Amino acid sequence: MNSRALAASEYLPQAQDGIPAPDRKPSPSASDKTAKAADARLAALSVPARSRPAFHAHWLGFAATLTWSLLAAITLAWPNKPAGFEDWAYTTEFGIAAGAGAFLCALLAFLSSAPLPPAARIPLRIAAAFRHVAPWLIVSAFILMLWEILTAKTGILPPPFFAPPSSLIDVYISDYARLADSTYNSIKLLLEGVGWGAAVGFTIGVSIGWSRTINYWVHPILRFLGPLPPTALLPIAFFFFPSSHAASVFLIALATGFPVAILSWSGVAGVNKAYYDVARTMGASEWFLVFRVAIPAALPQVFVGLFMGFGASFVVLIVAEMMGVKSGLGWYLTWAQGYAAYVNMYGALIVMTIIFSSLISLLFAVRDRVLVWQKGIVKW
Amino acid sequence: MVATAVRKPRLEEVADAPAHTAASRIRVEHVSHGFDAPTGRLEVLEDVDLDVAPGEFVALLGPSGCGKSTLLRLVAGLEPASSGAISQDGTPITHPDPSRIVVFQDPTLFPWRTVWDNVALGLQAQGILKQEKSRGDAALRKVGLEGFARAWPHQLSGGMAQRVALARALVNNPRLLILDEPLGKLDSLTRLEMQSELVSLWQKNGFSVLLVTHDVEEALFLAQRVVIFSPRPAKIITAITIDHPYPRHRDDPVLTNLRHEVLNRLGLGKNW
Repeated sequence: MNSRALAASEYLPQAQDGIPAPDRKPSPSASDKTAKAADARLAALSVPARSRPAFHAHWLGFAATLTWSLLAAITLAWPNKPAGFEDWAYTTEFGIAAGAGAFLCALLAFLSSAPLPPAARIPLRIAAAFRHVAPWLIVSAFILMLWEILTAKTGILPPPFFAPPSSLIDVYISDYARLADSTYNSIKLLLEGVGWGAAVGFTIGVSIGWSRTINYWVHPILRFLGPLPPTALLPIAFFFFPSSHAASVFLIALATGFPVAILSWSGVAGVNKAYYDVARTMGASEWFLVFRVAIPAALPQVFVGLFMGFGASFVVLIVAEMMGVKSGLGWYLTWAQGYAAYVNMYGALIVMTIIFSSLISLLFAVRDRVLVWQKGIVKW
Repeated sequence: MVATAVRKPRLEEVADAPAHTAASRIRVEHVSHGFDAPTGRLEVLEDVDLDVAPGEFVALLGPSGCGKSTLLRLVAGLEPASSGAISQDGTPITHPDPSRIVVFQDPTLFPWRTVWDNVALGLQAQGILKQEKSRGDAALRKVGLEGFARAWPHQLSGGMAQRVALARALVNNPRLLILDEPLGKLDSLTRLEMQSELVSLWQKNGFSVLLVTHDVEEALFLAQRVVIFSPRPAKIITAITIDHPYPRHRDDPVLTNLRHEVLNRLGLGKNW
């Protein structure tokens, strides 16, 4: 939260991207230009110490407006190169969307330039956020422009392997149902597998960290089977399990469970022994030592294991769906490949990226909540 | 505080004082202890005999690594002694008990708990947190940190963290407070301040205290009796009773003379 506040203050009106802060005192040379400046002088006189400039152009915001307008112009005015089939769909819509983006950038650029009173909290926040993303908006407009020119406009990157950004709109609209269904099934399968894997891995890890007997029996198995890539077990799993769904859940759970188990174990094993002494002298039971001392102390490590497990689970999910499951984003990729529908593949890849990065962000958010007590943790 | 100021550390009198009904008598009889190290048996304590009267403040002084801290662990019940007997008010000590609380050299606060939750640890462990919530606040007040109840341990200075550790001990209403060099890692100014606080906490609460320290001056400033140990395996060389009222002054000639004597006993007379 602190970093958020800091970031916001960085973008407050008086400290603008590389432009020196304006003179706080009303100076005649600056104020006789427009009526607005005169108003500013009045305001400055009434609140001499903390006056703000009347209108301080947010140049990057206007630059973003310009680049998005350019994108719209190129898309709409430059005819598409014929590609041996009917014209790319949704080119006009893409151009209009870029134009709308340019219009929005213009509005926000004016908002960021305007003298906002400190009481206008939400506008100030929006303005600060816009200042923050403005450089990225400019760069992304250029990337889209380059993409559009290389594909639809000139055909330097030829179809069907390459397609303009507007064709993604086509995919999402025309194949909406199949994509949504695949996405839903992927998320369901992933969460089921990760849920089991994390729960079982955590239990095993804590158990072998706590009990010598369990450690004696489980540790060798973990050590022997753990490093085996779960994807190697794919053919066997599909053979042994009643359904490809059950097999996939098992493999995803395996992929998640191994790192979670190892790191929970190392977390519990690494707990400062003095914590146990302290708790024991105060009358703590064995239950208390496990659940109120060992596990909370091990949680930072457990989260490291969860991050690793998540990463591994994504791999297994996609491979399992490509090999055997009849739905899901991995399946969608192979299906699209079979029809040489490369644009659909790009569409699915983008959905995948969004889902996986959202899941990791969610895990980070949970981690930040649970481990508020830790100082100096990495912010996602 | 008048009564405590003039109080004499004679054992009978200490035992008679009304405030000390909540204090334990500790008996350590012929205790020897050792560990099985990879290089062979390591003897740590040799035939230690020690009595702590109810409400008495006893300091254990000796070269570092001699085994004083091991003796504290035995008294706390964290480990059983290899031979000999240790009892609290006539009952053998076999396991840890909230009536005997240890404060370690490191505060060992649980970093995932707020200051208040750390202080309430004992109440929670004993399953009386709901009924006895006020004891947590009272304990924090005793060490002057009531304003930091919601802080995280990493936000505290070393002295504050050790104060929280003291509050975490006091919340259990211990009848014996076992202090294992509790001020050893604090800066010298904080240490002086905390020494006076320890005396007043002891006087107000009336528990018995067993303190391990390396600091001769600290032992003389705080304790009614200083027990001097030999290097490992630790044997009691001698015990010196400090028949001197509280609050004490560090430049008191009585303490200065005693300091010389103690250092002599430790074989450090020439280094003074």
